Amino acid sequence: MSDLLKMTATEARNSLLKKEISSVELLNAYQNAMEKTEALNNYVTTTLDAAKQMAVNADKAYAQGNAGSLAGLPIGVKDLFCTKNIETTACSAILKGFLPSYESTVTSNIWQSGGVMLGKLNCDEFAMGSSNETSIFGPAVNPWSKIDGIDLSSGGSSGGSASSVAAGSALMSLGTDTGGSIRQPAAFCGVVGLKPTYGRCSRWGIVAFASSLDQAGPFTRTVEDSALIFSVMAGHDPKDSTSASLGYTNFSEAVKSGIEGLRIGIPAEYNVDGMDIEISDLWKKGRAWLEQAGAKIVDINLPHTKYALPCYYIIAPAEASSNLARYDGIRYGKRIEAETLDAMYEATRADGFGEEVQRRILIGTYALSAGYYDAYYLKAQQVRRLIKEDFDEAFNDVDAILTPTTPTPAFPLGAEVSDPITMYLNDVFTVPANLAGLPGISVPAGFSNQGLPLGLQLLAPPFEEGRLFSVANAIEKQAEFLLAPARAAGDLQ
Amino acid sequence: MSVDKNVVKKISRLARIHVSEERSEMLSSDLGNILNWIEQLEEVNTDGVEPLSGVNEHLLAWRDDTVTDGEITDEVLKNAPEKAGEFFVVPKVIE
Amino acid sequence: MSILVSGRTGDWEIVIGMEVHAQVVSNSKLFSGSSAVFGASPNNHVSLVDAAMPGMLPVINGQCVKQAVLTGLGLNAKINKFSVFDRKNYFYADLPQGYQISQFKHPIVGEGEIQIELSDGSIHKVGIERLHLEQDAGKSLHDQHPSKSYIDLNRSGVALMEIVSKPEMHSAEQAAAYIKKLRSILRYLGTCDGNMEEGSLRADVNVSVRRPGDILGTRTETKNLNSVRFIMQAIEFEVQRQIELIEDGGEVIQETRLFDTSTGMTRTMRGKEDAHDYRYFPDPDLLPLTFDDAFIDKLKDGMPELPDEIKNRMVNEYGLSSYDANVLTEERETAVFYELASDGRDRKITANWMSVELFGALNKAGIELAQSPVKPKQLGGLVDLISDGSISGKIAKEVFSSMFETGKDAKVIVEERGLKQVSDESAIIYMIDEVLAANLDKVDEYRGGKEKLFGFFVGQVMKASKGQANPGMVNQLLKQKLDI
Repeated sequence: MSDLLKMTATEARNSLLKKEISSVELLNAYQNAMEKTEALNNYVTTTLDAAKQMAVNADKAYAQGNAGSLAGLPIGVKDLFCTKNIETTACSAILKGFLPSYESTVTSNIWQSGGVMLGKLNCDEFAMGSSNETSIFGPAVNPWSKIDGIDLSSGGSSGGSASSVAAGSALMSLGTDTGGSIRQPAAFCGVVGLKPTYGRCSRWGIVAFASSLDQAGPFTRTVEDSALIFSVMAGHDPKDSTSASLGYTNFSEAVKSGIEGLRIGIPAEYNVDGMDIEISDLWKKGRAWLEQAGAKIVDINLPHTKYALPCYYIIAPAEASSNLARYDGIRYGKRIEAETLDAMYEATRADGFGEEVQRRILIGTYALSAGYYDAYYLKAQQVRRLIKEDFDEAFNDVDAILTPTTPTPAFPLGAEVSDPITMYLNDVFTVPANLAGLPGISVPAGFSNQGLPLGLQLLAPPFEEGRLFSVANAIEKQAEFLLAPARAAGDLQ
Repeated sequence: MSVDKNVVKKISRLARIHVSEERSEMLSSDLGNILNWIEQLEEVNTDGVEPLSGVNEHLLAWRDDTVTDGEITDEVLKNAPEKAGEFFVVPKVIE
Repeated sequence: MSILVSGRTGDWEIVIGMEVHAQVVSNSKLFSGSSAVFGASPNNHVSLVDAAMPGMLPVINGQCVKQAVLTGLGLNAKINKFSVFDRKNYFYADLPQGYQISQFKHPIVGEGEIQIELSDGSIHKVGIERLHLEQDAGKSLHDQHPSKSYIDLNRSGVALMEIVSKPEMHSAEQAAAYIKKLRSILRYLGTCDGNMEEGSLRADVNVSVRRPGDILGTRTETKNLNSVRFIMQAIEFEVQRQIELIEDGGEVIQETRLFDTSTGMTRTMRGKEDAHDYRYFPDPDLLPLTFDDAFIDKLKDGMPELPDEIKNRMVNEYGLSSYDANVLTEERETAVFYELASDGRDRKITANWMSVELFGALNKAGIELAQSPVKPKQLGGLVDLISDGSISGKIAKEVFSSMFETGKDAKVIVEERGLKQVSDESAIIYMIDEVLAANLDKVDEYRGGKEKLFGFFVGQVMKASKGQANPGMVNQLLKQKLDI
């Protein structure tokens, strides 16, 4: 049984094709793992009855020789994706009990390719947070060791998605990334997290946080697995006006291409104050690995990097303040009864939204309000252009950019939650890619002195995910990262 | 930028979020700190820079004018906290 | 076009601007595939997008873009090849997204103008500030329950064009002429059905008063007026209210007002005490709306003739009076009917018969032109009989009534009833001789200088012919006989 957990998605897929294992066996192993790791609080809803049916169907498909590329592979879904007739809450009290009558485009694609749905995964409320602590269900816990007896944060917002893959309670999972919500938890938990190019994956049916920044992406144990599932997630969707009209690409090929001669940029501005020495050491290692793999390292500048975070913390809350106006207690979700319509709105939203979500709605409302629009929102949009232009210019010279994913390893739960700005600083290396719409991937590449996983981030020009996979694969090969969290369901490697 | 309690009152009203007197105090300092931190953007010279609201480079695609949706009253109403017949129901609004 | 109103303390000038919301003629909604048709059961023409379910996204309906551009062309306006959809944020029970998708900084259509004609025949131009596309909201019903309002989202997301005039109207009459003309243009173009009762066309009216030559006064906005009469009443009431208020030492407050159709008065709108702060920003779910010159040119090529052009043709080529031309072009159906009826025959006579007899009969019967029992070709047939002298005008009226009742052709009726006009010269002379012989005393009086008796002889001859004698010939022949 535990051998099943050791398989990567690609390995499991090959074994399923060869009929060495069955989808039902694989599902049973993961069901067992889910039970064992319950304390990590990764799943907010499990869908094992549906999973069983899907696994049976997958086995039939393998028997008939028409199995999709994800057939039988157990997958968890961030609770931000609307799933038909399965409670979808965005981990917020305001959406408790909401049963969508529709399925998001990305999850539809996954199920159509035979993926087996394990359940809905914990995340920060409306994906607003970097530690999964804003979830109404309590935080998803990092499966790596505790520090001073305190549980570590899985990162956020897609904490449950990262933690479940790291703990072996999901073979792969789906998350979303608005400012680093896939890459930061991936780094904290020691798994591969991909944020695709803006417009690559449909946003239709995903609870919106900040529409111009949100992108869905996968968590996997290897780069190869990432390419496997991403090939299914990506694609044009006429229901999303911001979805790019590009045809199907099989990204698995790209993983294997060498990186000889590729030019990799190292941005000077990512050497920020307060970055842990172990992080900068890892960054240097990454640089050396890529050089050994035949890439050319180029020092570059991204002058406006410093302003990406404050820029993001205007744009994302501004869009969120509008996106979250629909949670008004009328058509779905929670309602606190009151005498007047306005009193009902105010009570419902005060009660239904958590502290951080309210804070961001208020900041966003402020930034868009009369008299402040130009100074905040417009200014942030201008800075956003400068940040994007920094990248445009850099990519004239280099093929990809290498940075750390986070300035620190995972921190104990409760350590940062009281100070919003400290929490926001977690996203300092990840936010620029969202503002510029670029694809980014975090690859587990080493450990902190305390034995916590650390990630390296790669960025590429728009729609060059294939190139990201090639370079990420080179890092993965040389890093020889050992995924062995103390609280995993079993041996994973 | 300091955010006084009147501003908190105004924006929480615009956002339809009830803020109690004691929370208002805390929020005004929280929001003030965040906005102060954000104000480092003022250092950036943005003269003549065109604002960027999205990164898409393709053109907006248009739909055909055909009826392809709707007539799903049950689905539309099924999650409503209060309904009467085929209507959503809210506290009475006086115009 | 300054018109002054006198108050207790002197003259006042009225300034009026109008924002008209016109529902775009389309099958489906602006950003969703549900039906835009009026009158479904509650919440039936509603998709998950219209109900603002989490994760739902807007996709624009190309037909609505075409309709907006076509309307812009009809208003002689600047078409913007680049425009942007913004979110207008506010909370209301029938606004499910918590924002309305509209266009704020970059509308699809820019400045244009409309020509209006007043009852004194004077022609004025009213500037158009802009036209933009936006979503309609749903409907709140307040009279179904003592303490609840009911929400129906069927209208939610239906495409509207908001057409904003410049503040260039100065009387209720001008405002009425403006909305009528705008409605007429929209209906000619087929971009809005103009049905004000159903709310397809409704106006928000901005009114202010000032001393002649002063800067603009503070304006009020009276919302959602859905008839020309209400627009005029609301303006007249607001003008009086504002003048009295200022003359009594008060001040006009900039506010939104509601019009009470039962009293003809406006009142402050309750429940909107908050200062509006709509926090417009570009909708990140959409991209800028763009198209090229070829797109505009194609629409231009397919544009129907508009009332102003048709009217000019009627006056300059057909020789109609400006008044008749106005009546015949107000509605597209009327103009089309007239063109068909008058084609190849006397345009003026046809115009006259249409605007007097046909409209009179339709009015009396309470039916629309489209349901007229007399079809265009049939009216033309009647005019032909008048023109070639087959029947007199008087007989023609009789024939027309019968046509209206039976739907038969004029010719058939004339033949059936033997109403054909007598144009046989010898027959008329015979009747004249009889009349003159019977009235020898009057003949003498006439010849003695009492010329007004001529009419008497004409009447007698017509009577003798049972109205069928050709009146022109009667006149001419009588003269010959009497003036020997």
